[in-house]
Amino acid sequence: MKTKNQSSFSSKYWLIIITVVCVILLGIERFTDGGGPLRFLAGYTVIPMQEGISYVGRFMSDMTDNFETLEDMKKKNEKLQSKVDELTIDNTRLRQEQYELERLRELYKLDENYSDYEKIGAHVIANNGSNWYTDFTIDKGSNDGVQVNSNVLAGSGLAGIVTEVGPTYARVRSIIDDASNVSAMMLSTSDTCMVRGDLELMADGRLHFEKLANNDNEIEAGEQVVTSHVSSRFLQGLFIGYVSEIEVDSNNLTRSGYITPAVDFSKLQEVLVITTTKQDMLSEDKDSNEGD
Amino acid sequence: MKRRSITFVIILICFLLESSIFHRLSFAMIKPNLLIVVTSSFGFMRGRKEGMFVGVISGMLIDLFWGSTLGFNMLVYAVIGYMNGTFQRMFYDDDVKLPIVLIGTSELIYGLITYVCVYMLRGDFAFFTHLINIILPELVYTIMVTLVLYQIILHINKKLEAEEQRSASKFV
Repeated sequence: MKTKNQSSFSSKYWLIIITVVCVILLGIERFTDGGGPLRFLAGYTVIPMQEGISYVGRFMSDMTDNFETLEDMKKKNEKLQSKVDELTIDNTRLRQEQYELERLRELYKLDENYSDYEKIGAHVIANNGSNWYTDFTIDKGSNDGVQVNSNVLAGSGLAGIVTEVGPTYARVRSIIDDASNVSAMMLSTSDTCMVRGDLELMADGRLHFEKLANNDNEIEAGEQVVTSHVSSRFLQGLFIGYVSEIEVDSNNLTRSGYITPAVDFSKLQEVLVITTTKQDMLSEDKDSNEGD
Repeated sequence: MKRRSITFVIILICFLLESSIFHRLSFAMIKPNLLIVVTSSFGFMRGRKEGMFVGVISGMLIDLFWGSTLGFNMLVYAVIGYMNGTFQRMFYDDDVKLPIVLIGTSELIYGLITYVCVYMLRGDFAFFTHLINIILPELVYTIMVTLVLYQIILHINKKLEAEEQRSASKFV
């Protein structure tokens, strides 16, 4: 109060300085990507703290689990759950291969194989604290071979895509985020559609799909949806979820509806990161074709 | 120096809590906004300048880890801290109404600005969907958390102020 004039004067100046700095930063961001040195510094200071907190959290939830159930029961359950996930993946792949086979009988000379992608496990160490975005941070980064656009799986389904990579951490945008768009296809008919996250549907953990051609192929609720062969960022055949509702759009040309994702996004703890990206595979294909 | 480091630690703790524990405590995927409570309460407790700097640090953390462009949240939080600072003269320790009204208003302004600058500019004009699904639930949850968090911040501030007065009187 005593230095009222002086302090209000200088705080006004400070506000102007900060505003100018922020506007410049916003401008710079348009031309360069990534936060530069600041993000680098933050990656080495805040990420270890987040790792620590999530470690303590995991430890504590493990402890309570031990008190709640018998230990071997838990182990058995875990084993079975991983078996279920494995089998679901296998099943999806096999069914896909079956449909593939049918098509291959008609179309020959299509040598594409869905080999097992190389995966590494990672822990989710932090979630986005704002309600406007749905992304999370994992504890594996470029040191472990994670790259931007690496696909991330949780359990048996697709969870998201890496948008930012640091040496020891990576930020993953989940597929239910409002800005997320995934090129997908119906497993049985291979009709492509777009799977879009929606802020409105985020709360009940559903996804929206659209632009599915309104052709003679019958699609019913319960149909499996996987990532499509035309996507430039997502590897083919990753399981997204089941169709829960479908209807013909008013233009009579396309169909749209809702998908229940295979991943429960409210409690993600461990995820699998596929270290090969679609771009890698595409460039490899190109190289081998040129070599022929 | 002591005040600065304690303020920074408060911001950091709230930031870390929000991305870990409050994710578990979220109702229908809605989390309270702890950093707006911190920014706003430092604003009206300590004046424009300090509110502004607390806002800059909180905004920077948000931009670096949760946001997409560096600078946006920094600016919004700095302005919010500054505006709360102008109410310093009306602020009394034992009054809870003013802090709650100020924090609520800050939260509402933050929600509206984020919607306009991030979603509306992207061509998403479903304002009421965002208002009902995100902005209002977040506002209610934040005000509920404020009742507890604000008391803690107030208590820490009181302790610090008492200590500063003691050391100032020592020199006189």
